Amino acid sequence: MRHLLTTESLTRAEIEELLDLADEFTDVLGREIPKVPALRGLTVGTLFFEPSTRTRLSFERAAKALSADVMSFSPSTSSLSKGESLKDTVLTLQAMGCDLMVVRHKATGAPWRVAEWTDCPVVNGGDGAHQHPTQALLDSLTVRRHFGKLDGLHIAIVGDIRHSRVARSDLFAMSTLGARVTMVAPPTLLPLDIDDWPCDVSFELDDVLGGMDVVYLLRIQAERGGATVFPSLPEYVQRFGMTRARFDRLSPEAVVMHPGPMNRGVEIAPEVADHPRSLVLDQVRAGVAVRMAVLFRLGQAVRTEVPS
Amino acid sequence: MTAEILLKGGSVLTPHGVLETDVLVGDKVLAVGEGLVADHVIDASGCWIGPGLVDLHVHLREPGQEWKEDVGSGSAAAAAGGFTAILAMPNTEPAIDSGHLARFVADRGVTTGLVQVVPVGALTLGREGAQLSHLDDLWAAGVRVFSDDGDSVADAGLLRSAMEYLAHRGGVVAQHAEDPGLARGGHMHEGAVSSRLGMRALPAVAEEVVVARDLALVKLTGCRYHVQHVSTRGTVELVRAAKAEGLAVTAEVAPHHLTFTDERVLSMDPDYKMYPPLRTGADVDALRSALEDGTIDAVATDHAPHAAAEGEVPFEEAPRGVIGLETAVAAVMMAVELDQSTFFDRLSIAPARIAGLTEQGLPVEVGSPANLVVIDPGMEWTAGPFVSRSQNSPWKGQQMRGRAIATIHAGRLTHEVVAV
Amino acid sequence: MAQVMSAEDLSRAIRRIAHEILERHRGADHVVLVGIHSRGVPLAEEIADAIDLFERVKVPVGELDIGLYRDDLGLRPTTRLSRTLIPVDLTSETVILVDDVLFTGRTIRSALDALADLGRPEKVELAVMVDRGHRELPIRADYVGKNIPTASEERVAVRLQSVDGTSGVWIGSEDES
Repeated sequence: MRHLLTTESLTRAEIEELLDLADEFTDVLGREIPKVPALRGLTVGTLFFEPSTRTRLSFERAAKALSADVMSFSPSTSSLSKGESLKDTVLTLQAMGCDLMVVRHKATGAPWRVAEWTDCPVVNGGDGAHQHPTQALLDSLTVRRHFGKLDGLHIAIVGDIRHSRVARSDLFAMSTLGARVTMVAPPTLLPLDIDDWPCDVSFELDDVLGGMDVVYLLRIQAERGGATVFPSLPEYVQRFGMTRARFDRLSPEAVVMHPGPMNRGVEIAPEVADHPRSLVLDQVRAGVAVRMAVLFRLGQAVRTEVPS
Repeated sequence: MTAEILLKGGSVLTPHGVLETDVLVGDKVLAVGEGLVADHVIDASGCWIGPGLVDLHVHLREPGQEWKEDVGSGSAAAAAGGFTAILAMPNTEPAIDSGHLARFVADRGVTTGLVQVVPVGALTLGREGAQLSHLDDLWAAGVRVFSDDGDSVADAGLLRSAMEYLAHRGGVVAQHAEDPGLARGGHMHEGAVSSRLGMRALPAVAEEVVVARDLALVKLTGCRYHVQHVSTRGTVELVRAAKAEGLAVTAEVAPHHLTFTDERVLSMDPDYKMYPPLRTGADVDALRSALEDGTIDAVATDHAPHAAAEGEVPFEEAPRGVIGLETAVAAVMMAVELDQSTFFDRLSIAPARIAGLTEQGLPVEVGSPANLVVIDPGMEWTAGPFVSRSQNSPWKGQQMRGRAIATIHAGRLTHEVVAV
Repeated sequence: MAQVMSAEDLSRAIRRIAHEILERHRGADHVVLVGIHSRGVPLAEEIADAIDLFERVKVPVGELDIGLYRDDLGLRPTTRLSRTLIPVDLTSETVILVDDVLFTGRTIRSALDALADLGRPEKVELAVMVDRGHRELPIRADYVGKNIPTASEERVAVRLQSVDGTSGVWIGSEDES
């Protein structure tokens, strides 16, 4: 594996290897000195062209726990406003000694373009509504830890599927790991022509609720509520929100998940978010270990290429 | 006085059909037949000879964006592609919305002297879609085709006014059909590929609803109407039905829409970003047969140059459009099987007629204009680097078949492929 | 490959190392055996079993994976991590690192770094089955099963019944396996 750009092309063995590594790193993170020298001397660049404090912090925490150095780049502190092309930005960071790049961008495919231009391994930290592979890995790890496996589990992903990179990434990772995934959304929030996606589709959460082991709620962008793709937030909550009443109708072993940040009271009721069967904080914890696994695996390749 | 050129041994498109003969060219076509002599002889054996190609849709970027292209570099690219006349789209900075700007572009073409540069006038002032441009002023400057290309004229009432104003004179309203409400800033065709990529997308209906609406206005006003860069099967069907009804409707298709599908966007390469976007295989098939049967009248390249650095960004942030003048002949030949007379009809005769160009698109005979092209339909070559100032071509580096080996504009040899 | 220690030689050496440990520490209180993956772990267990047999004392056995502490990461592109498990608080304990072969010393250097991140033992010692020489770092073993002079390109394989289905030590050239 040279880059981690998408979950679409990952094999089951590749995903499981990363999750196994992440389990080891979870132990490392639990130690009194939660740090190992594995990537000492490497520099990880975090290029976040779209603001995201959580994901950036998670990657930086992971890099530092592996003893890598971190170079942080964001548009507000950059020359992008001066008209520098993305390519020039990337080559500049590489020339400064960046060995591995984590790229987040609002445009689909930006990390692929970066991978074309640099010699560094590239991790997709989220591109547009396309892919967010480390989110899918940390979600898969969270589910695997809770249930022991994903095989045979039934997972509903609920919300704005059309504009969600989380939904796309999770679908391909989780179905590759043997889970059955159902996408739940009103037609205007579902992508078109998805017959070849490995999932079922439902327009009604209540129709599928009872059979689910995991209900994964996506963030509803409040600004999308503006009467263009669905009528109003209260109507959305009525049909697709994980209310207390719906939570009570889940099977007693079922759990709820959310990629954060949550809109409490919209896609998830506050008492559901804080319930013991909400895995939201487990997801955040898994994030650092998963990103360590990814950086470690790709960082090994950097070292391999250095002639001894 | 221009030096005489002898085109020897080709298949010549004449008013009496295709003949195997020689052509002697001076400031006009001087002679057609055997036994002619001249100082400059071009071996045209195995080649097609016909009127120089006419491109209804070119972005020359002058005035305002000369780092991408200008009238000089765009004319040179056109000559290299076999063209002797090109229509320059008015989405420059400033937009060509009044007579003096149109004259500037046309005059730059004359000064350059490589092709006839025909300015298209903006339909609305500043291409802002709010009020009519200086239509009379443009008309006086020789403009006959009007378009806000790059954007649709979204306001049906305004478009109706333009049509009513131009109809009785025979002016042509050309539409870039893209409903802004349906397009919503999309970057590619809406379908399975855009869903997989999570990319904002333009549905085929964004084009079709505009054409359907416009055709109702054509029926109302009787104005000549031209659909620019048709990209969908649905638009083909609308145009076919309108022609059957006898409406004064014409249509063009771009070589890239005859060649590529939206699957290409999976590469994330901005050289596959154009508006309208690359569509599905079914659309490509419909466009090819529509070009063959004449439902689509003309091939037009939508040559849209952008500097290399402008493409060094993610797909969604890249500017719209690709260059096409130098690859048009090969792209059309590789996409559809057209015989020589149909080929020249779609790339020269029909577009010249649509644009009202009297010195272009005429079969070769004694006394016809010295605007000619020699095409080797079998020539294999590799596309690029291009004469155009910009290199944003989806064919860059690809093996091509078919090429203009000589272009003559106003009796002057403007392009010749010298055998290596 | 040529066998240089039989199964019987090996178990005799294990028993001897167990005796030496007991002798040096006057018993096995405050001794923790930490095996280095992969062969060091079963070796540590066998030493612990021997100590149990002689003195009826259960010595804690830990496992250490040094993959994250290597200085040659990338020369081994497919490094997979094994479990690291330290069963007791190491403070004021004597840790005896156990490995199969002592060669350049780099593995032990990595193990010492890893150990330092896991606790602060009173003392660290090293037990190895084979010391084959060619040290690149100032490291020596406190307990050695057998000193075997080797050429640096030779391969030394310690095989254990519990892992390999056979026991003994073999020596041979790199390309045989």
